[in-house]
Amino acid sequence: MSENKYIPKTKLAKWFDSRLPLLSLSHHLKEYPTPKNLNYWWTFGGILTFCLITQIVTGVILGMHYVAHTDHAFESIEHIMRDVNYGWLLRYVHANGASMFFLAVYIHIFRGLFYGSYKAPREVIWIIGVIIYLLMMATAFMGYVLPWGQMSFWGATVITNLFSAIPLVGESITTWLWGGYAVDNPTLTRFYALHYLLPFLIFGLIILHIWALHVPGNNNPIGIDVKKNSNETMPFHPYMVMKDITALLVFIIIFFWFVFFAPNALGHPDNYIEANPLVTPTHIVPEWYLLPFYAILRAIPSKLGGVIFMFAAIFVLVALPWLDTSKVRSSTFRPLYRKFFWVLVVTVILLGYLGAKPPEGIYLVLSRIATAYYFIHFLILLPVLGRYEKTDPLPMSISDPVLDKPGLIDKFKKAAGQYEGDNVGSFK
Amino acid sequence: MKVIMLGLLNRIILTILISIITTLSFADDQHSNGANTNYLNTDWSFKGIFGTFDRASLQRGYQVYQEVCSGCHSVQHLSYRNLSEKGGPEFSEEEAKAIAAQFELEDGPNNDGEMFMRPARLSDKFVNPYPNVEASAAANGGAYPPDMSVLAKARAGGADYLYSLLLGYEEAPEGFELDDGVYYNKYMPGNKIKMSEPILDGIVEYSDGTQASKAQIAKDMTTFLVWASEPHLESQHRMGFKAIIYLIVLLTLVYMSKQKVWSRFGASKDQEEEEAYDKVEKVVTKYEGEDPKTFK
Repeated sequence: MSENKYIPKTKLAKWFDSRLPLLSLSHHLKEYPTPKNLNYWWTFGGILTFCLITQIVTGVILGMHYVAHTDHAFESIEHIMRDVNYGWLLRYVHANGASMFFLAVYIHIFRGLFYGSYKAPREVIWIIGVIIYLLMMATAFMGYVLPWGQMSFWGATVITNLFSAIPLVGESITTWLWGGYAVDNPTLTRFYALHYLLPFLIFGLIILHIWALHVPGNNNPIGIDVKKNSNETMPFHPYMVMKDITALLVFIIIFFWFVFFAPNALGHPDNYIEANPLVTPTHIVPEWYLLPFYAILRAIPSKLGGVIFMFAAIFVLVALPWLDTSKVRSSTFRPLYRKFFWVLVVTVILLGYLGAKPPEGIYLVLSRIATAYYFIHFLILLPVLGRYEKTDPLPMSISDPVLDKPGLIDKFKKAAGQYEGDNVGSFK
Repeated sequence: MKVIMLGLLNRIILTILISIITTLSFADDQHSNGANTNYLNTDWSFKGIFGTFDRASLQRGYQVYQEVCSGCHSVQHLSYRNLSEKGGPEFSEEEAKAIAAQFELEDGPNNDGEMFMRPARLSDKFVNPYPNVEASAAANGGAYPPDMSVLAKARAGGADYLYSLLLGYEEAPEGFELDDGVYYNKYMPGNKIKMSEPILDGIVEYSDGTQASKAQIAKDMTTFLVWASEPHLESQHRMGFKAIIYLIVLLTLVYMSKQKVWSRFGASKDQEEEEAYDKVEKVVTKYEGEDPKTFK
């Protein structure tokens, strides 16, 4: 299916489109050719857009009732939960929405890692994605501070204190961030302002992310280029739209199950205790989606080192398109990389688990090993694998690999081998 | 050679995984902080998808709060009107008004610029037993009794934990040091609690005639606390059930439409795959099945 040019049907449409090509744009979005073999892991882009819009809509309404002041923040949250019409619904959608947003983004990122979606010519899409992810973490962290519970306060204290590790100017930077000499009202108000601002930056970056995607077109599970003017692609609407909506509904069902039946399962009970600068909680832990980085932070014995490694763990992703030297995109044809991919998944989950545990004994030892492995994966394994891994032969087109039913190719090879071996002479 | 390497890699990865899991489960065992997290079991009517509150239990719970707890603990985010609202204890409006009128609070200033005391109204928040946190701490040996508005959400274990804590008072074991005014509770993290055992058999006399056993009082009180922390729980459950049923129906319809739409795109993918598979299968069986020598 090829993408044909937009031809205005009416004079008015022609007049308007020649001045502002919005109609051409919507025509392009509708006709945008997508590989026909995209699986359900490719629906998370649409799901993430849904998540952002949900967060912005619920967030704006919550902002109408929330009071960003240390004396009133906790109380205003309870006011929203009790007295605002459907306030409990808005807040639980917003709070669980953040978790679901991260769940979706992690699936989205690991899908990119598995199918090599970061490789040429899609490096720019990937880098914009990493920046979006970074902004998401900043936004979520500041949002968690707003209810002014114990974890809000102490989480903010721990994270902002990290900047004091910077040599010479560290202390000044922390004071500047706080707007004072401790996390207090000025910190809360600026976090609120930034928490309101950053989602709109993310929104802008998502437009760039999609724009950059529409230049080379989608990667696909086979990882070879599709011929755009062929029956290998199908128009985005209605095919991908229908598939995206199907996946989105499954996602929303899981999302709503949390909202209505376990709304506090993903949060920490301590955040229902109002912030008290005089009482430190036994374990200060961030939200679950930040735990892997928290584990890396604490795995390094020096404070500055921990901060450097924590940020490096994210920024190493920016260099990923050049660290992975393999020409083959999809892990389907990379038997070794595929293994290491799953080891990486387990390592990150393990780091998340360790981030929730006290940094002592076996937990500390394991988080050091896991941290080391995380960096070894990106900095050593990937460059080396690309050079020495023997990849499986790539099919000529995305339609071919349907032959790769489990065992069938082996059977075929065996039969062919037997045939060749035994009958070379007699074969005419 | 490649196959052997892959097999070896598999085995190494598997061994590492298993050893990590065993060490972690071992380490977790070692790491409890002395508190018993094996909470007492009660069937709560508010648990589960269809969970609703037991009205009578909530009303009794309010009675326990008022007679036993309210001397020290505030519930500052609850209003008196909540007592008569749907999904709560559902006292009648008159009863709720009468309850509110039992409390006095400071209001003002009036036209003369004076502050004055007046009985509480339905629109007022629950009156605090102490003017501020410092006063409550001073009156309770330095540990201020926590506000109970969201207590059930502010403790790991929730309702089960609160219920167990109320019933968890025991003689301290041999050699366990306790200061004056500190009590032993087997469910409290660290086992030391500053609140003396709050409920005893018959400490309240239920107006509805229910036997006021210790376990019954603890259950009613916990139910009240869960409602106080989540007054919209019932409508939350109802709406959730409806929303999810609606979504499942919608999903079914959307999925069927999607299949229908996709079938427009040439042969459906499954069919295409099936055909290709058949083709190869045919070739393979031909090679395998026939005697290679006679094959030409």
